[in-house]
Amino acid sequence: MAYLELKNVCKSYGSGDTETKVLDNINLTIEEGEFVAIVGFTGSGKTTLVNLINGLIKPTSGEVLFKGKPIEDTSHERGVIFQNYSLLPWLTVYQNIEMAVNEAFPNETKTFKDHRIKSYVEMVSLSHAIHKRPKELSGGMRQRVSVARALSMDPEMIIMDEPLGALDALTRGNLQDEILNIWNKNKRTALLITNDVDEGIYMADRIIPLRPGPKATLGPEFKIDIDRPRDKTALNDNAAYKKTRNAIIEYLMDIGNERSSETNEIYELPELKPKDLRWEFKASN
Amino acid sequence: MKDAIIKGLRFIGLGFFEPLVRLISGEDSKKNSIETLKKIVAPIASILLFLGVWYSGSKSLYNTEANYKIAKVLKEQGAEEANKMKDCIASGDVSCQPNTLPSPLQVWESYKLLLKDHRKIGEDKEAFKVKTASLNEKRIAQGKNPIVYTGRPSFVDQIKTSIKTVFAGFLLALLIATPIGIIIGLSDTLRTSFNWLIQILKPVSPVVWLLLVFMIVKTLTKDSTSDTSFIISFISVGLCSMWATLVNTAMGVSSVDKDYINVAKVLKLGTFQKIFKVILPASLPLIFTGLRITLSVAWMVLIAIELLAQSPGLGSFVWEEFQNGANDSNSKIIVAMFVIGFIGFLLDRIMLTIQKFISFDKNEGI
Repeated sequence: MAYLELKNVCKSYGSGDTETKVLDNINLTIEEGEFVAIVGFTGSGKTTLVNLINGLIKPTSGEVLFKGKPIEDTSHERGVIFQNYSLLPWLTVYQNIEMAVNEAFPNETKTFKDHRIKSYVEMVSLSHAIHKRPKELSGGMRQRVSVARALSMDPEMIIMDEPLGALDALTRGNLQDEILNIWNKNKRTALLITNDVDEGIYMADRIIPLRPGPKATLGPEFKIDIDRPRDKTALNDNAAYKKTRNAIIEYLMDIGNERSSETNEIYELPELKPKDLRWEFKASN
Repeated sequence: MKDAIIKGLRFIGLGFFEPLVRLISGEDSKKNSIETLKKIVAPIASILLFLGVWYSGSKSLYNTEANYKIAKVLKEQGAEEANKMKDCIASGDVSCQPNTLPSPLQVWESYKLLLKDHRKIGEDKEAFKVKTASLNEKRIAQGKNPIVYTGRPSFVDQIKTSIKTVFAGFLLALLIATPIGIIIGLSDTLRTSFNWLIQILKPVSPVVWLLLVFMIVKTLTKDSTSDTSFIISFISVGLCSMWATLVNTAMGVSSVDKDYINVAKVLKLGTFQKIFKVILPASLPLIFTGLRITLSVAWMVLIAIELLAQSPGLGSFVWEEFQNGANDSNSKIIVAMFVIGFIGFLLDRIMLTIQKFISFDKNEGI
């Protein structure tokens, strides 16, 4: 039995004439312990797909199964790292994580919770900023808090919605490694949504392109057979890496071209000539 | 030290003193002198200009009124009486002063007079207390009510009463409008079902609210002999001013950023937790904006309501002075006007400071 399974999932917004199909016929299976990346253009329905899996929205038709059971609601088993951090600005780093820990471990002692919060803050190396509010932190630090918050609930699966999209390249690289470390340590299942092919190849076991919406569907999957831990600098010379990267980019480019050629289609016009309908005044006079 | 002062000044909204503080401490004198000139000297100049316009305006009104008075006497009683009137006005005799807009100096004199009056009444009160102390002890021992001072209130007493009324009204508005606003904000159904009522009642004039409250309170307190004017006025103030808070709270609660709601859902917060830990803090800035409007509206309508409800306070002070028509009544009214304006400004500042203290910056949050 697959760990997470999406069967013929469709999602549309609106109804009647204004109905727009965002996702169409999505089929996806993820096994336990796998790291899967979904790569797609911006606006192709990636966030909708994430929200379906974490339980914030329900599919219009089809099924989303988590460990064989349909997803009805959000759950502590699936931790979410949002694209825009979504930290509560009136709470400090500690309080933001405390909120999650309190919900996930309601019956534990205070010292256990305190210890847990502090250890997760330390894990993302923010101990010096533990009592700061989000607005005093940089974008990378905020995202690290968001990662710590999601992981502090000890989820079985981590869902990441373009978690590093707004960060600069250097911070991005560091956080990628941090996420990989955490994933590697206790072999959680992970789903990464991204628009960066390189990031996908560096981090994931499988990459699945999302064909852009409306009516977005998943394309063929690409397996990444590169041994872990992967070395970012050596990766550029790796033959397997180059091959996969080129294949994915080629595929995505083709989709892009398909889209633009659709709009530039040349219509053949019927061969008509205007007829002279002016009255012949001379004749009537 | 200097930075602490500047920070404190900024916090209470007097940030424009910053360049002066920097100038005195000897920091970058050229730049700070220009800043001081801009931020402090220019406003002072505008105050002087205002006083100048007021002075010359009142002077010309005074002359018009005096000329009219003399012309009238001349027409009705002849030249001799007219000359007498002219001399009388010129001598500054109170019996024949033209009744018009008072000059700034007159207003200042009245202000000092009112303070003097307040001190005198205070002394009277003390004297009364001393005089009746032994008698009151006896009365209490006999189980009777002690004798209390029932003389007329001074101007400062009136101000205190007004502030008391406005705070009672504000508290009432706070206690009614915030919970209702939160409940309405949380439920779409309730919001649509009560929207018509709120929209219709919101623009109703303070005077009508007063009459409505009067109708209800009069019936409810039929058996009581105590003075209901305070109850009537503070309830009316509360009802007039609560709408801004109600509407703002409902709007704030219903328009909480979707990201925060998603966080609450993903963390699986309970309803109670969701409301108190996410929705309320997120809508606090808007709720406070509403409360600020409420307080300033409360202070504004208070004067009109006190005036009509015959309840003691600045409103009835203004009305009594107007009815009184004494020589210095006009300047006393102007004093009251400035006091009202100044207290209103102060109340707004207090609310702004509290608001700054407890709410986060919405734009930098996410």
